[in-house]
Amino acid sequence: MDRIKQAFASKQNLLNMYYTAGYPSLHDTLPLAKALVSAGADILEIGMPFSDPLADGPVIQRSSSAALANGMNLPVLFGQLQELRAAIPETPVLLMGYLNPVLQFGMEAFLKKAAEVGVDGLILPDLPLDEYEEMYHPMFQKYGLKAVFLITPQTSEARIRRLDALSDAFLYLVSGPGTTGGTTLPDVEAQKEYFERIAAMNLKTPRLIGFGIADKTGFDRACGHADGAIIGSALIRALEDTDDAPATAARFVQAIKQA
Amino acid sequence: MTPSYQQPTARGYYGEFGGAFIPEMLYPNVEELRTRYLDILADPDFQAELQQLLRDYVGRPTPLFEAKRLSERYGTRVFLKREDLCHTGAHKINNTVGQILLAKRLGKTRIIAETGAGQHGVATATVCALMGLPCVVYMGAIDIERQAPNVARMRLLGAEVRRAESGSQTLKDATNEAIRDWISNPVDTHYIIGSVVGPHPYPDLVARLQAVISEEMRAQLLEKTGSELPNFVVACVGGGSNAAGAFYHFLDEPAVRLIAVEAAGHGINSGHSAATSVLGTPGIIHGSRTLLMQDEHGQITEPYSLSAGLDYPGIGPLHAHLGASGRAQFVSITDDEALKAVSELSRLEGIIPALETAHALAALGQIGAGPNDVVVVNLSGRGDKDLETYLKNMDKLV
Repeated sequence: MDRIKQAFASKQNLLNMYYTAGYPSLHDTLPLAKALVSAGADILEIGMPFSDPLADGPVIQRSSSAALANGMNLPVLFGQLQELRAAIPETPVLLMGYLNPVLQFGMEAFLKKAAEVGVDGLILPDLPLDEYEEMYHPMFQKYGLKAVFLITPQTSEARIRRLDALSDAFLYLVSGPGTTGGTTLPDVEAQKEYFERIAAMNLKTPRLIGFGIADKTGFDRACGHADGAIIGSALIRALEDTDDAPATAARFVQAIKQA
Repeated sequence: MTPSYQQPTARGYYGEFGGAFIPEMLYPNVEELRTRYLDILADPDFQAELQQLLRDYVGRPTPLFEAKRLSERYGTRVFLKREDLCHTGAHKINNTVGQILLAKRLGKTRIIAETGAGQHGVATATVCALMGLPCVVYMGAIDIERQAPNVARMRLLGAEVRRAESGSQTLKDATNEAIRDWISNPVDTHYIIGSVVGPHPYPDLVARLQAVISEEMRAQLLEKTGSELPNFVVACVGGGSNAAGAFYHFLDEPAVRLIAVEAAGHGINSGHSAATSVLGTPGIIHGSRTLLMQDEHGQITEPYSLSAGLDYPGIGPLHAHLGASGRAQFVSITDDEALKAVSELSRLEGIIPALETAHALAALGQIGAGPNDVVVVNLSGRGDKDLETYLKNMDKLV
């Protein structure tokens, strides 16, 4: 069984922690992964920094700019991931990022390399579904990589069914309108109807809720409507004001996971 | 459907360029636009309202002026398509008038836009005032400084101008911020994109709305020269909306040479340039696959031009295709050459052009037009907004 399936089969209320590779410093990628997993993160989503991250808010954009200035790029990241997989053998690791750097690396070369270093899945928000289905899905399957798709309150039922059929990881339920880490956090409870509508569809794919979840309260509420939640900007914000990124990351996860 | 230069494929491709590379949060908006824009544009009521506004509000048709002294200077027959005489001073309003009517038919109640030089922002603010819709315009912090008169005009027209502080603080970043606004307001808001860029169907939508320029050119050329077809059409390209409009009805006329003029800034290889056709490689920016200035790792690099309307790191996918297929010829013009063209047109013809347009004018000496050739330069905008830049560079102007 693959790591993602294993995680959803064996645990409830999964916490997927996002952070930007190469931030706060170039070589924090591995120490942060170890700290997050030891503290209880169930899935790691590692951001591949991009100069123009359209779906992300100012917090992740700042961390991406800083990571690029630190010298992060895909060859450096793949080197770090090799060590990361050795240190964290069981936790699913996803790469999240935008299509342009991936295409410059070469889609097939990228997938091959990602599989080699032990990446489990990919989130590429600007990859069109039609092109994924026709051109890339067979390539993903060849290398054993899982694709994660986003759903918003405006996504039609027919499209959700199509995404469910195509995904072999989990569906990423965007909690409401806005980019990541917005200043006005979408209220998970206010989106109850949307989450219930999707829960009632009896999809084959598990669901995690993301965007605007910043603390234990938000996480617990999200877990009431899906298989878990994704937190990113709130962690990055905490990392902006610290000299000890791994310790801060560990405390952040402990505060969410505490009973 | 057979793709042509005018018509992209169903997924918005011109050759290998185009498409719609957008996050799911934008999908319903873009899909609604994609499925409805052609029917709305074809609707007789829409067309009647559009044509009336173009005539009575924008001031169309704009004149096609034979520039005798400029012709003498370059030893060829030069006509200027006077888009600078449109209401608000540039071709941009052709598109915003069309898109505001489209937005109303889509039931949208709020308008957002991005702007570089401010001409598109002013044109959007203008039509929002006309239709009574609230308007937010995103503009790079640097552009806000260098295009102050247009910022004042937008505010006077009732628009809110929001500063884009990220990245290079110019057009690219204003576009990013506008897209984020649209992601955050997916139901009530229409995003009026100002150039032939962005996800499908925007490049086609904007090109169709700007095509009125070349449609009028053909009729006017027939009247003035006895032929609908010129030998050359010359237009500047940032994203490329005025060029798309000027080229549109000549795209399938191989006898007409299409000249797209880019900003070389301090020089193509100076590290301070916006000449995308030379410096760019295929990549994805703002939702479409096109030529793009980027580093080896696919990070978008920051372009430079003295002109705020041309310092965009990409070009529209149609233009990328025109370049790749050889249908259009790309020419690069430096800041200094453009400034020289400003004083030349001002003194020879009594017309002060926008800095963007001056790039197209500066190409006149490079296209190889002979005494019997008819050359149309699309005079995309007037220079009032650039007076401060011209004042700062008086030594290069006189």
